[in-house]
Amino acid sequence: MTVSWNRIPQVEHAAETTLERRGRALPEVPRPLLAHGLGRSYGDVCLNPGASLLHTPGLDRFVAFDPATGILRAEAGLSLDALLRFAVPRGWFPPVVPGTRFVTLGGAVANDVHGKNHHQAGSFGDHVLALTLRRSDGQLLEITPQGHPEWFAATVGGLGLTGLIETVTLQLAPVRSAWMRAWSERFDSLDEFWELNARGEREWPYTVAWIDCLNPGRDGRVGRGIYSAARHATTAPRKAAWREPRRSIPLDPPVSLVNRFTLRAFNHLYYRQPVHATPRAVHHQPWLFPLDAIRHWNRIYGHQGFYQYQCVLPPHAAQDGVQALLDTIAASGQGSFLAVLKTFGARAAPGMLSFPRPGATLALDFPKKGQATERLFARLDAIVQEAGGALYPAKDARMPATMFRTGFPCWEAFADYVDPEFSSGFWRRVTA
Amino acid sequence: MTPSKNPMQRIVLFGATSAIASAVARELATPEARLFCVARDGDALEALLADLRVRADDTDSTRIQGTTADLADIDAQAAVWQQAQQALGQVDGVLLAWGTLPDQAACEASVEATLDAIHVNGTSAIALLARIAPDFERQGRGVIAAIGSVAGDRGRQSNYAYGTAKGMLATYLQGLRNRLFFHGVDVVTIKPGFVRTPMTAGFNRAGALWAEPEAVASGIVKAMRRGREVAYLPWIWRVIMTVIRLLPEYLFKRLKL
Repeated sequence: MTVSWNRIPQVEHAAETTLERRGRALPEVPRPLLAHGLGRSYGDVCLNPGASLLHTPGLDRFVAFDPATGILRAEAGLSLDALLRFAVPRGWFPPVVPGTRFVTLGGAVANDVHGKNHHQAGSFGDHVLALTLRRSDGQLLEITPQGHPEWFAATVGGLGLTGLIETVTLQLAPVRSAWMRAWSERFDSLDEFWELNARGEREWPYTVAWIDCLNPGRDGRVGRGIYSAARHATTAPRKAAWREPRRSIPLDPPVSLVNRFTLRAFNHLYYRQPVHATPRAVHHQPWLFPLDAIRHWNRIYGHQGFYQYQCVLPPHAAQDGVQALLDTIAASGQGSFLAVLKTFGARAAPGMLSFPRPGATLALDFPKKGQATERLFARLDAIVQEAGGALYPAKDARMPATMFRTGFPCWEAFADYVDPEFSSGFWRRVTA
Repeated sequence: MTPSKNPMQRIVLFGATSAIASAVARELATPEARLFCVARDGDALEALLADLRVRADDTDSTRIQGTTADLADIDAQAAVWQQAQQALGQVDGVLLAWGTLPDQAACEASVEATLDAIHVNGTSAIALLARIAPDFERQGRGVIAAIGSVAGDRGRQSNYAYGTAKGMLATYLQGLRNRLFFHGVDVVTIKPGFVRTPMTAGFNRAGALWAEPEAVASGIVKAMRRGREVAYLPWIWRVIMTVIRLLPEYLFKRLKL
C-alpha cells in the first residue's frame, strides 16, 4: 500500500504502475490517474484512492545542462537529492529547496514548494523556465511562462492535476561551495522573533525559526524559540569535513514515541542547544535538510501516522494570529516536535493554487489522537480563517472543503485546466 | 580502497537501456569516460545518451556515443562491434546485458518460444562473445562481463527455458575465462538475484531479497574493476545458490520452486 509521508490516509489504489520512459502514451490502467513521486507530501495530494497511481521516480534522466548558464532540463522524476549531487560540485544549486531533498522535480512543481529563502527567491515555480505536460488526449504540451501563461499558472502548484509532468527546465543558481555561513540566536517571545526577523530577512537569503510550543517564555506566553539565518559560503572552510549521516529509524515502534513527556523534553532540550550568534561554516545538508539526517523519521509516530498543520497568515494578521495559534495549541496540551515559523516575501506566487503568499507561515506536526486532535484543528482553522489565511494542500489530510475554497479562490478557474482523466484524493475531497 | 585492476574508462554496453546496464552506465559516466551504448529502442537510447552526456560533462557529444541494433540478430553484431571499436579507439571492457524474461508457460506451449528464449538470452550472447574474443586476445588486456542469472545455476520448473540459456552462457564464460586468462583478459560472470527492474514488474517485489538496479550496478562495476570470476549480486545469492545446488536431485524434483 502506498502512503504519503505522514501515513494518513491509508487507502487502497486500483492500480499502481511504474513509469519507465517519457514520451509514451499514458498507461492502460483504471482512470482517473495521478503521478506519484517520492511521496513526501503529508496527506492525499499524492494519493488517488480507488483509482491509479503512476510512480515517476524511474523518470529520472537528465535531458540537457548548460554549464555556462546553469539551465538544466531533466525528467520530472529526478530527485533534488540527485540534482544536488550533480549540480553542487559544478557550482550550481537548486534555486529553491524544501525541507527535504527527497522530493522529485515534478513534485516540487506540482506543489510549488518554497524554502527558507522565499523572501528573496520566491517559490520553486519562479525558477521554472519550461515544462512538458502529457495530457490524456495524447497531446504533449510544451509550456513556458511566456508562451502559455495560463497553462503554466495552472500546472505550477497544480497538484499534478493538469496532466503528467514529463520534463522540467530549471534555472539553477550559482554557488561557490557546498557550505553555508549560518548564525542562530534564541528568542524569548514572538515579539523578539519579529524583531530578529526584520533584521535577518534584510541581510540573509535563508531564514527560519523553530518555536518551542510547549514551554512558555519569561513573559508566561508560548513563543520562545531559535532563529537561524544563512547564506551560501563563498569558500569551504579550511578543514572542510562533512560526512553524510546514515542514521535511520529501522522499524515502526509498537506505540508512538511521541507523547506529552517526550515532546516537552525534546522541546526543552532543543531550545537549550548551543547557538552561534557569529556566522560560522555549516555544510548545506544539515542546515537546509536537518530531518534528512534520520531516514524514516516519520516512523517515530508509529503505524497510525501523524498530521501536519501548515498555514499562512496575511501580514496584517500575522503577529496576532501566530500568537493566537500558539496559545491555542499550548492550551490544548498537544504539542509539536517541530514548530517552524517563517515569513514569506511580498510577492505573488506563479501558480493559481500556489500556497506561498505575503505573510507568515507556521508549520506543526501532531500525533493522531482522534477527537482531541480534530477539536484542536477546528479551533486552529477558525483562527486561520478569521485572519484570511490558508492551509497548505501538500501538508493536509483533513481540511474542510470550505477552508480550501476560501484559501484558494482561483480554484474554480483552475478546475478548467484539470485533465479529465486525472484526479487525486485531495481534489475529490475539497471539491466534492 | 578497492584493488583496481582493470581501468573502466572505455566501455561498450550491449543492451544499454536495460535497467541494470543503464545504472552501470550512470556509474561509469565520469568526465574521463568514453562509453559506447548499444540498444534496440532508438528513443530509449537517445534518452540514455542525453542523460549520460550531462553526467559525464560531454557537452559536444564526442565521448558518449551509441547505436541502435537488435543484438538477437547475429548477423548485425559484427558491424556494431566494429562501430564500437572505432568510436572508442581502444576497448577497456564490455558488458553484455540484453535479454528477456520469457514466459515459462508460453515456452511449454510452443517449441518456437522455447528456442527463441534460448536464442535471445543464450545463443546470441555467445555469438557476440565468440566474435569479440579474438580482439581481446590480441590486445592482451581488458575485461569481458556478461549478465547471467542465478536461474542458470539449477533448472527449476518455474523458469527453466530462461535458466537453460543463462546456464549455457555461464558455461561458455567459464571456458572463455580459462582461455583468455593466458592472455591477460578477465571474464566476469554476473549472477544477479531478484532485481526491481521493468523485466520483473509482474512479480510481488516486496521482501529483503529484492535488490535495486543501482546496487547491482555498483557490484558489477566493482567486479569488472577487480577482474572477479563470478559475482553473485547481492552476495547473499552465493550462499542461497550453494544450498540450492547441494540439494539432491531426487529431492529437488519434488519441490515447487
